[in-house]
Formats: sequence, C-alpha cells, structure tokens
Amino acid sequence: MEETTLKYTAKDYKSDQEVRWCPGCGDHAVLSSVQRALAELGIPREQIAFISGIGCSSRFPYYMDTYGFHGIHGRAAAIASGVKTANPELSVWQITGDGDALAIGGNHFIHAVRRNIDLNIILFNNEIYGLTKGQYSPTSSKGLVTKTSPFGTVEEPFSVGELVIGAKGKFFARTIDANIALSTQIYTAAARHKGASVIEVLQNCVIFNDGIHEEVTGKEVRDERTIILKHGEPMIFGKDNEKGLILDGLKLKVVKIGENGITVKDLLIHNAAEPNPGIQYMLANMRYPEYPVALGIIRAVEGITYDASVHGQIKNVRENAKIKCMDDLLSSGSTWNVE
Amino acid sequence: MGKNTSVIEREEVVIRFSGDSGDGMQLTGTLFSDTAALFGNDVSTFPDYPAEIRAPQGSVGGVSGFTVHLGHSEINTPGDFTDVLVAMNPAAVKANAAWVKEGGTIIYDLDNFTDKNIEKAGYIKDPIKEENFESYNIIAAPISTLVKEALKDYELDPKTILRTKNMFALGMVYWLFDRKLNYTEAFFDKKFHHKPKIAQANKVALRAGYYYAETIEALTPIYKILPAPIAKGKYRNINGNTATAWGFIAAAEKAGLKLFIGSYPITPATGILEELAARKDLGVISFQAEDEIAGICTALGASFAGRLAITTTSGPGLALKSEAIGLAVMTELPVVIVDVQRGGPSTGLPTKTEQADLFQALYGRNGESPLVVIASGTPTDCFDYAFEAARIALEHMTPVLLLTDSYLANGTEPWKIPSMKDIREIKPRYASPEELPFVPYKRDEETLARSWAIPGVPGLQHRIGGLEKNTKGNVSYLPDNHEKMVRIRAEKVERVSNEVPDLLVQGSDSGDLLIVGWGGSYGFIVTAFRELIAEGHNVSFVNFNYINPLPRNVKDVFSRFRKIVVCELNLGQFADYLRMKHQEFTYHQINKVQGVPFTISDIKDKCIKLLEEK
Repeated sequence: MEETTLKYTAKDYKSDQEVRWCPGCGDHAVLSSVQRALAELGIPREQIAFISGIGCSSRFPYYMDTYGFHGIHGRAAAIASGVKTANPELSVWQITGDGDALAIGGNHFIHAVRRNIDLNIILFNNEIYGLTKGQYSPTSSKGLVTKTSPFGTVEEPFSVGELVIGAKGKFFARTIDANIALSTQIYTAAARHKGASVIEVLQNCVIFNDGIHEEVTGKEVRDERTIILKHGEPMIFGKDNEKGLILDGLKLKVVKIGENGITVKDLLIHNAAEPNPGIQYMLANMRYPEYPVALGIIRAVEGITYDASVHGQIKNVRENAKIKCMDDLLSSGSTWNVE
Repeated sequence: MGKNTSVIEREEVVIRFSGDSGDGMQLTGTLFSDTAALFGNDVSTFPDYPAEIRAPQGSVGGVSGFTVHLGHSEINTPGDFTDVLVAMNPAAVKANAAWVKEGGTIIYDLDNFTDKNIEKAGYIKDPIKEENFESYNIIAAPISTLVKEALKDYELDPKTILRTKNMFALGMVYWLFDRKLNYTEAFFDKKFHHKPKIAQANKVALRAGYYYAETIEALTPIYKILPAPIAKGKYRNINGNTATAWGFIAAAEKAGLKLFIGSYPITPATGILEELAARKDLGVISFQAEDEIAGICTALGASFAGRLAITTTSGPGLALKSEAIGLAVMTELPVVIVDVQRGGPSTGLPTKTEQADLFQALYGRNGESPLVVIASGTPTDCFDYAFEAARIALEHMTPVLLLTDSYLANGTEPWKIPSMKDIREIKPRYASPEELPFVPYKRDEETLARSWAIPGVPGLQHRIGGLEKNTKGNVSYLPDNHEKMVRIRAEKVERVSNEVPDLLVQGSDSGDLLIVGWGGSYGFIVTAFRELIAEGHNVSFVNFNYINPLPRNVKDVFSRFRKIVVCELNLGQFADYLRMKHQEFTYHQINKVQGVPFTISDIKDKCIKLLEEK
C-alpha cells in the first residue's frame, strides 16, 4: 500500500451501486467517513480490498469502487487475512458487525488480532442482529428484550476493546457512526497503523435497536457522557472542558477541574503508544453513568506485523537457499540413478 | 556371510517392523526401504501407527508398524502377508500374527518378552507357542542386553542406549537381506552432525546387529532380491503427501504464480502443510490457520488476491469447510481442496485409510454446487494429480477437490524424477486491463470460465460474493437469473470433461469381467488383476482418477463387458455414483471398510466367484 500524490475525492471511491441500507441507518455515515479517509490517504482504488462477512454492514464492499469480496458469515477476518498475507501491498479493510465478528466469527477475529495482520477492521456495533430482524447479539446489554430474549437476555455482553486487548491487540479505537470528522480521522490513523487495527463504531440500527447508544451519543448529552481521547493530551471532557480523569488508587476517577484544588495538570495524559495496556484497558471499559464512554484512539502500539514477518522469513530463507526452483527440489536429498 | 548360510533368491519379499509407538519403527522401516530402493529394487511401503502418540506401553493398541515390500519385479502394494516380522515386544506378535506367511521369519527382542509384557499382549506364557509359530524361522535375540553391552564404553545414559534397539534389529535385517550399511550410517552422520555421540551410538548398534546376525549364522537363510528392471533415469523415494505438496509447487512454477497454502493440522493430511511450510526457499506462503474454516477462507482470500491457493484436510475438516467451498463455487475462484481420506464418520479412524468421503466431496454443500473432483491412484502420481487439480482450477476458474487417502499419503514408492521442461504450461485466465469495463462473470465461450481480475490492476476493481448475482457481479434475486447461473456453473464443470483423458483399459477391450477401481486402491487392484490374468482368467481393469466429470468413454468401455465389479474401501459410493450416471449397467461390488487397504486375495477371490457365476 502506498500513498500517492494523486488527488482523490471521496466520490472517487463510490461504486455505481445504489446504497440499500434503511434510510437513517448509521451505516450511511460510516460509508461516507471511510470514503473521505481514503481520499485523504490518497490510496489508488485498485490497491484497496474491502472484505466483509454477513450482516447489514457487510454489504459495504458493493458500494465501494475498489476490489471487494462479500464473504460468508463470520469469516471476513479469515478471508481478509488470506488477502493481506497473499499480497501485503494491498490496503485491506474488513467490514463486520457485532454478530459477524464476535459470535460466529469470534475465533477468526481474535486470531487476526493476535497475529497482528495489517488489516483495518471496522466493527459496526449496534448490539443487535439486524439482517435477521432483531435478535440479541454478543454485545447486547444484559437484560435486553429482543425476539429471542422475550424476557431479557441472561448473558454478559462482550466489550470489544476488552476482547481486542485480551487478544494482544495493538490498535483499538472507538467512534460514533454520525461523527464523520472523528471517524474520518480514526480511519485514516487506522490505515496508517501497521498491524491489525480494530475500530468499534457505535452504530445505530433505526429499525431494530433504535437509539441504543443515544443515552451516550445524543446531541444534548454527548459532551458530558463521552470523552475524546487524544494521544499526549490530558483526559478532559465536558461541555466546557470542565471535567477530567485521574487515577485514584487502582481505578480511574472522574474529577471536576477547580474542585478540591484539581487543575488540568493533575489529569492523566493519554498515552495510546504505551505497550502496557493497563490504563487503556480501563479506558476502553468505561461505561456510563460511572464514567464517560471513551472515543478516539485508545491504543496504538507499534509492532511487527504477521504479513511482514511471513514475507521477511521467505526473503531470508531464499537468500541463502540452495534450492532455487522446482528442478532443484526434485533432485535434492537422496536420489539414485538407474542405468 | 557365513559358510553355512543358504541363499534364497526371491522375486519379492515383505518385511514388517513392529513395536511400541516409541520404538522408532517408522524410522527403521524408512531406512530399510531407502536402502532397498538405492540397491535398485522396486519398493512400496506402508506405515501403520496408532492415533495415540504414545499409547500404553506394551499394549496391542499401541503397536506401530512399518511394512516394506521390495521386489525384483514391479511392486504396486505394500503386500498382504509378511515374510519377515520384526517384533520388538509380545504385543507386536499379537497385532501381526494373522499377517505372517506360513513358515515366515520372526525376529524378536527376547529381553522384552517378560511375563508382564506377555500378559499385557494377551498371551499366557509363550506367544510363539500359543500362535503355533514353532515351525517358523524364529530368531529370539536379547536385543536390549546386546545393545547395552555394545555401547557400554560410550558413556551414554541407559535411555539413549536402549533407544538404539531398533538399529540393532535393523542391522540384523540388513544381514538377512545382504544389504550394505553405508546409506544408513551416512543418514545418522547427517541427522546428528551436532550430536556425534548419538550418531555413533546408532551406528555401533546397527553394526552390532549386523555382526550378531552373521555370528549366529545357522539361524536363517538369506533372502536375495535382485534389482528390478526399472526404466532408466534418476529416482528418489517419495510418499503421497510430499508428492502432493510438490505437485502444487510445480503447478505454481508453471503458472508463474506464488503458491499459498491455508491449512489446519489434521491427520493424515498434515504432511502436506509441513512440507509446504518448509518450502520458503521456493517462495511458498504457508498460513497455519486457527481452524479448518479459516484454512479454506484464507486460501479463498489468497485466490482472490491472485495466488495459486490451496487448503489441505481430511474428512472431518472437509465437513467444516463445506460452506466456504460453496463460496468458492459461487465466486468461481480457483482453489484446490485436498482431502486425504481417513476412516470415518466423525473422528473415526484418524490414522487408517478409507475411501468413504466420495459423496461428501461430490455433494457435501448446500444448494447446487458442483465442482471438479479428481483422485490420485498411487503415492507418486499424487504429484501429477495435484498439478492437474491446480491446472484445472486456474484454467477453468473453479474449485477442484483432490482426493487422496491415508495409504497414499504415507505410502512410499521410488519415483522417476520428472524434469520441469517436460511438464505442460498452465495458463491462468487473467482479465485484461484493456477490456473495460471489466465484467466479472463474462465467460469464455468454450469452457464457460470467467476471467480472473487481480487486485492491484488499475481499472479492474470489482465485487464478488456469496449472493447470487448477474453477469456484471451485481446482486440479483431475479428467478430466471438464478436458474441461468446455476445451470451455467454446472455446465462449466461438465465441460472440463473435454480435457479428461479417456479411460484406459488394462487387459482386453471386451470380455467377461471388468474390474473397476478409483483413486488409491489402484495398486491393490492392479496386482490382483495381473495375478488373475497370469492364472488365465478373462478379466480387464480400469481405474478412475477423474470422478467429476467422468471420462467421456465410460459408456463405451462398460458396454463391452458381461459383468462389471466396482472395488472400493467404502460401502459402495462410487458404484452408486456410476449407477446414477450410467444407469444402463449392472454393477457388482467389492467393498471393505476396515481402515486397511484391500488384500490381493480380497479382490481375486470375489472376481473368480463372479466369473464362475452365470
């Protein structure tokens, strides 16, 4: 993948296909943000592959004028891993949902993250199965009433960030579907990050789980109930930047600037590049109402990628190899002549 | 060679090395086989080991064996009954008692025939007596005592010393067959060049065994098997799994593509993944996936990205890959799936052979999802059919399923090394960046194959997927379009038959009985067929390597015989398939599902019966 000086606009990445998501679906905004990010990155269309599984969001590749592969349920991470390992030059994006990535595809997801394959994984989290019309997912809050949990779910939900860090993930970010500016920024950073980048999008399903994130992401409340983390900057939030986060013993704590002598200098400075995930783990798991929900790039740690390692190993072996072609291999080892 | 020894010249001899799974029988057998092949004999080998890495010591279930069939004439099977049995413990006698030829030779480690081991093997006191082997050629050698004595001055720990017992036994066998030790000695020098003490210990034990056998010269005749009349050329020994792996590397080279393997370890297919993982010198990209599904899915991703992509598995893994194989059918991507068949269903008999995945290969997917199915016949032709599977996949833009089996995978034969210049080219169907816009499902008029557009090529951006689509690749739910696409995909696979070679009948073109086989039972059936001919019976033989589509001359061949009998290691899947495809014929069956290959007599006896019946 190479960024070029060619000028692209978001429109260049649009395919001729009519977008068929429900009107008002959060997916429209994600599509738009991704197209903007690609234009900003200036990656030629032919160098990009979008790979998806099954679910509403997985129709995404059809709407991109890039190479695209709409796979089968849960397997996008595996297909994308194959694409990237086969050709590391490509910019490979995986489009998936909470059901696709964390239920049926959970195994592929954690292993793609563990291997640190250079994929950009956009996980649309609407906490519901939309395409099958409203059953609970692995991220649905405990107690959620759905068609398959008429008396409320009895399961503990997965937290995406927790899972990514548990799987030795090196990049985790969170954004809101409708926040195009923040999303574009995050997708751009994810594409530039070498390794598996997981972006959790708090996405709204207007039909089957409308408003599921509204309590946190609503226009009126989002300044108070979310915090946008920026690497190297203090963890500050609130309408008037009046609140912040400190470490109180072994826990994070919300404080008010000015109260009890707290100043901006007392706030934690966000370090996304810190390899030890301790603080990042706590940030990723912050839930309203105790904490604001963390947005932005929570973890971005450099590390060698799987695809680079595989091809590096091949290169090293080939340099010193005695066997250079099939004929060499055929004649290698013990052979004998029949006269 | 001692003066009192008689020499028996033989056309062929079968020898079986047998012991606990930790006794090193596989290595012992392999070294013997390599030495025989280097001498110029034709050889066929078959390892037979339990699924447990170390089953309970001394138990019959834990017996690991390695059979070598060597001859002065052409050898096609590892042999039914053994002339020489090397038994490292009483359980090895028990496990092989039914397979020792009348009057054969049994060499055993006397030190291991303790009361406890004898009882563990299910004998009361004396295995030789209880099996009525007293009149056989029995060589009871105190092998453990002798290696301890031979290695007492080498400052080795007792465990290391006892590990060389197999080499002592091998030394005895080399004397018995009048073979040289130099190949085996060189093997140890190379294998343990960082551990010269270990190399030395094995070499000393080998020689001690050889001299011991010479010293007790009166014990046995010496078998002499002259070299076989083999075509001139350069040879090597190879097993089916390695040959399969190499066939794919050769195909990648001929197609000008990088080879990608996405696989999950599973017995008995793992050897292919291991060999390809080691072939980074030839640029092979190997991906050990997190599961079987990821194996095929990474391969599909690699195929989409423009590589020659394969995945390897066995029956249970093939079941897991079903949905993704359907995706390959739908997206019409070139990918090869290798199923090294083992005993099933479920976990079944992981280390044993069977041909019962045929229906799964043909039909184990949802919807109308035909693909090309081919099968290897011998360990060495795994190379040719792996190559052919890759060629068909790339030139016809279809998944191809290659069936081998546990016997082929592990069995070895000498192989006349091919030269790459004699192997045909492969021409992948690349989309042209000049012909825009690219239409993903536009087809070649002759083969109906679509074109392959590789990411990275400007202008050929396109989308494919598992949903039904129209020619442009856009999702389509139109009823007529679906039926049209289903029929085209079927027809595309059917048209591969234009390139399938005609069935080759061995024996006369018409007659009383046509013996039909497919895939890996070839060696056993052809041997039975030749014996029947030698005995004056009117039989002919065909072996199928192309299963779907079938060769075009099946009807023509079948119609010239009074009776047809289909031999396979299952309950009759290929016979049923032929009944469906060619209903006008009556098919008799010879079936076996014991996890082991046919014996020659399995086939001969039933054929003779069929010939005798009106």
